[in-house]
Amino acid sequence: MDWTPYLAGAGIGVLSWLTFLLSNKPLGCSTAFAQTFGMIESAIRPASRDKPYWKKVLPTIEWQWMLVVGIIIGAFISSVLAGEFALIWVPSVYGDAFGYDPVFRVAVALIGGILMGLGARWAGGCTSGHGISGTLQLALASWVAAICFFIGGIAAAIVIYGMAA
Amino acid sequence: MFETLRTNSRAQLVLGLFMGIAFGFLLQTGGVTDYNIIIGQLLLTDFTVVKVMLAAVLVGMPGVYLMKEWGWVTLHVRSGAIGSTVIGGLIFGIGFAVLGYCPGTVAGAVGQGALDALVGGVPGILIGTGLFAALYPVLSEKILEKGPFPADTFPELLGVNPWMVVIPVAVFILAILAGLEYLGL
Repeated sequence: MDWTPYLAGAGIGVLSWLTFLLSNKPLGCSTAFAQTFGMIESAIRPASRDKPYWKKVLPTIEWQWMLVVGIIIGAFISSVLAGEFALIWVPSVYGDAFGYDPVFRVAVALIGGILMGLGARWAGGCTSGHGISGTLQLALASWVAAICFFIGGIAAAIVIYGMAA
Repeated sequence: MFETLRTNSRAQLVLGLFMGIAFGFLLQTGGVTDYNIIIGQLLLTDFTVVKVMLAAVLVGMPGVYLMKEWGWVTLHVRSGAIGSTVIGGLIFGIGFAVLGYCPGTVAGAVGQGALDALVGGVPGILIGTGLFAALYPVLSEKILEKGPFPADTFPELLGVNPWMVVIPVAVFILAILAGLEYLGL
């Protein structure tokens, strides 16, 4: 059997001890995207700062924003060390089903991203914030959210890949 | 004991960066920054994503609850409701299948060279969060608080000592993982 997913997962578990202990924060990612949008929006239209949501989620660079920047760097280092770094427009499973047109793939990814960003803020967290950090704290909302992520995801994936067959 | 560090905002930016590097390294090593692996999970042909997540909970949960018992950490949980958690979760799930990355793994995918994540996924998620910010006044009034959950955590819901939940959940996770390996998934 392959122990890699378990070791990586256990490492993330230990990392979550450290985020609670040293930073008083759970691992999470989607707030940083909202903050980035808020910073861009308020740079273009300063009046947008008055939106109620930007009172709740301050559009500023803080711990979680740096965490997401770190993820890019960490995955870059790891993929280079493993010889897995590669510039790819269309992943192979997607390409074999729907073709290797980069423009079509990017358009689909953009639409998926919009739904995901909307859903993540709607549900109050993502696969990290709810799916790992919330479930490990035994939060009711996070278990429900994680189950809904997979119900929605499995149903949509089966429909999408059903169209290719 | 950790108060000085936790309130030092400059140190927290540096810590956030280094913890992110560790997180990205672990996600990439675990294989979950790859579209093929994530979509394989949603098509139920590859269980890497579930293995990584459950292993993280299995290790993270007792550590965090132990440190909470020692008074070292406080929990950070959000209240939920049908209107926010279930509806938002299902929208997220559909986006998860269409994009093939989540907000953390999309960053990791960018790091390993996935240009669809960089040019499509990241701008998409940014726009989606902006859309939510624009809709927030209406949603918070009409939908988000509908059907609130009765408690924030399972130990509160059941009115029991947290370890009465931590231990059965740990056993449950071990059973699922053993089952996946037994089935060769």
